[in-house]
Amino acid sequence: MDALLLARWQFAATTVYHFFFVPLTLGLVWLVAFFETKYVTTGDESWKRMTKFWGKLFLINFAMGLVTGIVQEFQFGMNWSEYSRFVGDIFGAPLAIEALLAFFLESTFLGIWIFGWDKLSKKLHCAAIWVVAVGSNLSALWILIANSFMQVPKGFSIQNGKAIMNDFVAIITNQHVWWQFPHVITSALATAAFFVMGISAWHMLRKSHSDFFNRSFKVGAVIALVATSLVALIGHGQAQYMIKVQPMKMAAAEALWKSENPAGLALFSIFDEEKKQDIFTVRIPRALSFLAYNRFEGEVKGINELQAQMETKHGPGDYVPSVFLSFWTFRTMVGVGFAMIGIAALSLLLAMRNKLASNKLVLWGLFASLLLPYIANSTGWIFTELGRQPWIVWEVLKTSSAVSPNVTAGMVLFSLVTFTLLYGSLMLVDIWLLTKTAKAGPIEENLEHN
Amino acid sequence: MDLNTLWFLLIGVLFAGFFVLEGFDYGVGMLLPFLGKDDTERRIIINTIGPVWDGNEVWLLTAGGAMFAAFPAWYASLFSAFYIPLVAFLLGLILRGVGLEFRSKDKSPKWRNLWDWLIAFGSFLPALLIGVVFANLVRGLPFNSRAIFAGGVLDLVSPFALLGGLCSLTLFLTQGALFLSLKTEAEIRTRAIRFATIIRYLAFALLIVLYATFPVSSENRILSQVLRVLTLVTFAAPGWLMRKERMGWSFALSSLTLVLFVVTVFQAIFPNVLISSLGENFNLTIHTASSSPYTLTIMSFVALIFVPLVLVYQGWTYWIFRKRITRNSNIIY
Repeated sequence: MDALLLARWQFAATTVYHFFFVPLTLGLVWLVAFFETKYVTTGDESWKRMTKFWGKLFLINFAMGLVTGIVQEFQFGMNWSEYSRFVGDIFGAPLAIEALLAFFLESTFLGIWIFGWDKLSKKLHCAAIWVVAVGSNLSALWILIANSFMQVPKGFSIQNGKAIMNDFVAIITNQHVWWQFPHVITSALATAAFFVMGISAWHMLRKSHSDFFNRSFKVGAVIALVATSLVALIGHGQAQYMIKVQPMKMAAAEALWKSENPAGLALFSIFDEEKKQDIFTVRIPRALSFLAYNRFEGEVKGINELQAQMETKHGPGDYVPSVFLSFWTFRTMVGVGFAMIGIAALSLLLAMRNKLASNKLVLWGLFASLLLPYIANSTGWIFTELGRQPWIVWEVLKTSSAVSPNVTAGMVLFSLVTFTLLYGSLMLVDIWLLTKTAKAGPIEENLEHN
Repeated sequence: MDLNTLWFLLIGVLFAGFFVLEGFDYGVGMLLPFLGKDDTERRIIINTIGPVWDGNEVWLLTAGGAMFAAFPAWYASLFSAFYIPLVAFLLGLILRGVGLEFRSKDKSPKWRNLWDWLIAFGSFLPALLIGVVFANLVRGLPFNSRAIFAGGVLDLVSPFALLGGLCSLTLFLTQGALFLSLKTEAEIRTRAIRFATIIRYLAFALLIVLYATFPVSSENRILSQVLRVLTLVTFAAPGWLMRKERMGWSFALSSLTLVLFVVTVFQAIFPNVLISSLGENFNLTIHTASSSPYTLTIMSFVALIFVPLVLVYQGWTYWIFRKRITRNSNIIY
């Protein structure tokens, strides 16, 4: 394997791993803030226990997201120095702003929150977690502004072989980010909601702390239904936007070889990627046109035509991302997303009628669905980033021209192995600790630390 | 002063903040298994930095981000050149960060002991490696005409670079021990002061050797020498203050030493950001490595608004957690 391929593997592995933890951080912080606000406004100690219990799980998860995030910032310079040189004028700014505006805020106030229980007034302490919530979500915004430049580059010109920023406002008002950011934030809330429901369901099975987990479950179920519905709605708008700005990505997601009008939506497809042919496919007629344009006709461009267009524009080359991966990651994300809406609706219905506790099968199912958002989050990102290939900056710079020239395959392999071993063992430790803490349930205040 | 110089200074400020703040964080981390004789003592030590270490680490992230934004070529060349050391650096930061968070979340002595050593090891790696990077920055490395690193790993660990690493290591240990003397009581405090008294001599000796072999800035030789003397004086002064147990002043002066150390390094390379040992015309300067004036202008506004704000609320954190941690404190971690 060459350095380029290894560097891509490392980026994929470390990013997917990082994003196991980030959505739960982004979402759960709002729930913890909500619980603490209820405690401060009602004075009811049971809300405080909720804040502490879910807060503790939040912290274990936060630590992992934090330390794996540092790798991301360093990696651009280490593995992708040509990329950094080329886009630094634009890409560095949102990263620096993210650190200055968001990281400082979230990490400083998180320290205050963890250690400040008996040092601050109740209200001030509660305010700290709200600042953490705003800070962490702001950091998501800035990193997505950076990512959106790679997807749909705006506000720049090429000078002396480098991308130079000429319109900062265009970069931060890039339509891409304003679809992507709400999509990520609502997915994060859904992740947190399923996390809370899953762990509450597990405790309901054991009939431990019934009142505590019933209440947690209800909050989780409401948020789950609202968040998953929003994710789908926003995702729909995002896909319509994608057809306009990254038609190749959508064609790959649908394994649509030839342009069609009206275009059908593939439910299932087996195809020969080399020959660009379907072998067996089930399509709903006209449905893709409808999803794309909200009417039952309209042309959706296919891979062959788009490839020809790209060749005219950028010279000979292969401009088709992996259709197999695009097709199946997209389907997995959407499929799991819809399943989550169904599960959230069912959960809320059962919880409202207080029929949950008696239904063991449903509770086990809910515990297992804790994994669903993780599948959807990961496949969603794999699709977004793979579907952009062969470009690292869409139609501006190819991934193959972005890798560090002085870094050898052996060096990347060394770091890939180091991070894989480290991340692998930390994952085991993290899951063990989360399970232990979740199992222990809410612990009385005076017993907590000894 | 043009924006390029301003950003060079600002990155210097960010690294200075990192040296002062993470200096004691790493120092405390390394001293943890040695100065804490039982579990409670170790928890006291961790809790001295507990509320602040995470915010302190952002100084490094911001310095890195600012390099990327203001001098992309510097960031790209430096980070790809220091590939293997940076893997080790990251390994350290990860082990340490996770360790501080996880360590007290289980009661098993084996678990806690393991994490204590990993925290120490994870603090040791960046404390050593940052000095290696800084020494190489001053001495220069084989960068070719495109500012791409043309050397190997062994070029990064010359005796001079290792000397730089030992300097940052011992300076951070001093800083950590002095910090502990301010934040703890009784036995831990006594041990910390005793350790600081000894390690200071070693740090001082290393620093003198390092400075004696430092190349002198061609821009301003007098300033170079003045900065070196000032660094050494501020570091030597606490000897007298420590005998009088004026630990607050000792810590302040040790912090000043770290600031002056960063200033000395930055002054030594200015107006270059990257020195090539293959020829002066291959150097990257604050002008050839920088972003466009437009980007620098925008980033300047952002920095001028948010850096003071960060200083205010981080300062406030230190005020909230100003009390010493004792066996009777409510120990969180």
